Amino acid sequence: MPKMGILDSLKSGLKRSREAINEIFYMGGEVDEDFWEDLEDTLVMGDMGAEVAMRVTDDLREQAARENLTRADQLRDALASRLAAEFPTAERDPFTDVPSCVLFVGINGAGKTTTVGKLAGRAREAGLSCVIGGADTFRAAAIEQLEVWGQRAGVDVITRERGADPASVCYDVVEEAERRGTELVLIDTAGRLHTSSDLMRELAKVVSVTRKRSKLPVSVVLVIDATTGQNGLNQAREFNEALELDGLIVTKLDGTAKGGIALAISSQLGLPIYRIGVGETLDDLQTFDAREFCRALVGEGM
Amino acid sequence: MFNSLSDRLQDTFDKLRGKGRLTEEDINLAMREIRMALLEADVNYRVVKSFVARCKEKCLDSEVLDSLSPAQNVVRIVLDELTALLGSTESKLTLAQNRTPNVIMLVGLQGSGKTTAAAKLAYLLKGQGHSPLLAACDTHRPAAADQLATLGGEIGVSVFRGDGRDAVEVARGAIQEAVDHLNDIVIVDTAGRLQIDEEMMQEAVAIKQAVRPDQILMVVDAMTGQDIVNVVTEFANRVDFDGVIMSKLDGDARGGGALSVREVTGKPIKFVSMGEKPDSLEVFHPDRMAKRILGMGDVVGIIEQAQKVADEQQLEDAERMLREGFTMDDLLTQMQQIRKMGGLQKIMGMIPGMERAMSQMPAAGMDDSQLTRIESIIHSMTREERARPKIINGQRRKRIADGSGHSVQEVNQLIKQWSEMNKMMGKVRGMTQQMGGKGGRKSRRAMQQMMRNMGGMGGGRLPF
Repeated sequence: MPKMGILDSLKSGLKRSREAINEIFYMGGEVDEDFWEDLEDTLVMGDMGAEVAMRVTDDLREQAARENLTRADQLRDALASRLAAEFPTAERDPFTDVPSCVLFVGINGAGKTTTVGKLAGRAREAGLSCVIGGADTFRAAAIEQLEVWGQRAGVDVITRERGADPASVCYDVVEEAERRGTELVLIDTAGRLHTSSDLMRELAKVVSVTRKRSKLPVSVVLVIDATTGQNGLNQAREFNEALELDGLIVTKLDGTAKGGIALAISSQLGLPIYRIGVGETLDDLQTFDAREFCRALVGEGM
Repeated sequence: MFNSLSDRLQDTFDKLRGKGRLTEEDINLAMREIRMALLEADVNYRVVKSFVARCKEKCLDSEVLDSLSPAQNVVRIVLDELTALLGSTESKLTLAQNRTPNVIMLVGLQGSGKTTAAAKLAYLLKGQGHSPLLAACDTHRPAAADQLATLGGEIGVSVFRGDGRDAVEVARGAIQEAVDHLNDIVIVDTAGRLQIDEEMMQEAVAIKQAVRPDQILMVVDAMTGQDIVNVVTEFANRVDFDGVIMSKLDGDARGGGALSVREVTGKPIKFVSMGEKPDSLEVFHPDRMAKRILGMGDVVGIIEQAQKVADEQQLEDAERMLREGFTMDDLLTQMQQIRKMGGLQKIMGMIPGMERAMSQMPAAGMDDSQLTRIESIIHSMTREERARPKIINGQRRKRIADGSGHSVQEVNQLIKQWSEMNKMMGKVRGMTQQMGGKGGRKSRRAMQQMMRNMGGMGGGRLPF
């Protein structure tokens, strides 16, 4: 398969969502009441949440009246900018602005371990020195899974036995990384539901130990599955309250899921999206560009 | 948090009060609320559309329009409709009688919880007297087989790993292994796959053809959004499954996906998975799921949970309380029981109307730290003070406050709560004496119920 550019693979990852939105834009001429209703529906179908969908539609409607936009392509452009404006931009990319220490948090099965593995691979390719910290000492075989990723990427995994205190693992990882002068530290934590207060407290401790101990700037990143629905907002809120998140990574955008929840979370909590996962390979974990994402989502010039 | 549907409908209908009867327009308003509630619960958009249309038709029945409590009626109709839809077919795990071993295959997306569900299912079947074997056919994710092996070891179920390379071969090998070791059920855990990944879908079909499973269960994450329709449709077309296990329902996701799955594929939900422990796989209850989707709380769930926790000792205590009154020690026991049931937040989330009541409370509100506070204050009391809180005078209050690291006001507040509870207890006592029973089963139940309602929350308002 020929290597695709970022925009291309992003587009193919988002193909389905674009098709859906294209359907409503493919009406040629006039824009009528049905158009607005369909637009709102499509945004809802994209997991953007009924509230955001309504707000965006209303804004666009107003703008159309004000600027006298009547053609579908004009509206498409306006919608793309409108959606892109919902995303805050990242001041700093914790994966390239080294030295840096990143903690990955999220619910079970969001793709934290896989993301850590891929990012470690990318870091090695870019010539950064990197270590992986295995603070998921809870799930069966999580450490083994991480070690396989470490071997693939050629990155050392620092961890302890299953059942060890995750905060002390982080302490060890940070200490070892500082001793070695490592540029990028990636720490995987155990998945947990945001509703389990004990586990959230444990995680808060892990984060605060790392923040206190580490001389490198620490970022806490929430990994969220693109197929997640409206509950994603609850998740993000709880994690944000407990840990003061720095940003998001959205995984599994290569399916038919539209990832609208990413927009809802990002805009409501003011969290930048650092990376999006649009496929299985290392290169499919890409830097997020709001403008590009929205244009691909809306169907640019197609 | 979202308000429950019944609260919102109540608000809608409050505005219409005094109108005597509802017009079609009013019904439309109510339907709009229902539509929003379902969308917030992640029911698929198209499913919502057709479902709401059906409900509206029912609501337009004259019988309903003439009723005295419209909100209640609308909710009932929606709830009934939802329950019927969720549970209109048999949802038990059907095993073939004349085949050994029976084969159960699990499929689903990445991260939906298949491996965990496989272990839970094995544990459940083992408890029913079966001898299951787990087959580790996820040959893609690193260390997936290790995970299954560890989980199997914890629950005492053997795991067949084969060469760990070709999933189809592992599955075949597992059947042979089961025959050799007299296992009567093989649970095949497969790799997670996207429904649009052609190669992986073919692998699932190949495993299916190789082992001819008696049941294929699809594991679906309760938090899945609108896309669930595409996912289950494709899996149903390609692999075809017999039922669904909904995972991660121990969170606060409303699980509207369950409705979408039923509506789109017609497949029943067979189990719900409620936590990380091996015994947290439960049989699916359509009525509870319906309430959860509508945000109406799981009252039955709480009662069951409370019954699990309440043991004989506590029942005796309840009787003693009826006879002798309520002590601070009893209050402490109640607090600890609430803890055991998963903390206040979880319980409150399950009580209808509680979210609304909570939102009206001051920001300091109810959380588990309040339990801790009460506990620490009670721990600072002497034995005598706990047994007879009436003797706690100003001096003692000061000492308790200092000892527990709280202010005198907080101690006062606790004592006030206690005295209110004691008053209520007096009422219960009066009631049971009237009934003539000396602490019969019914009054015990009433006791437990009452105490659950107290716990210092007060002001909880029921939805209707």
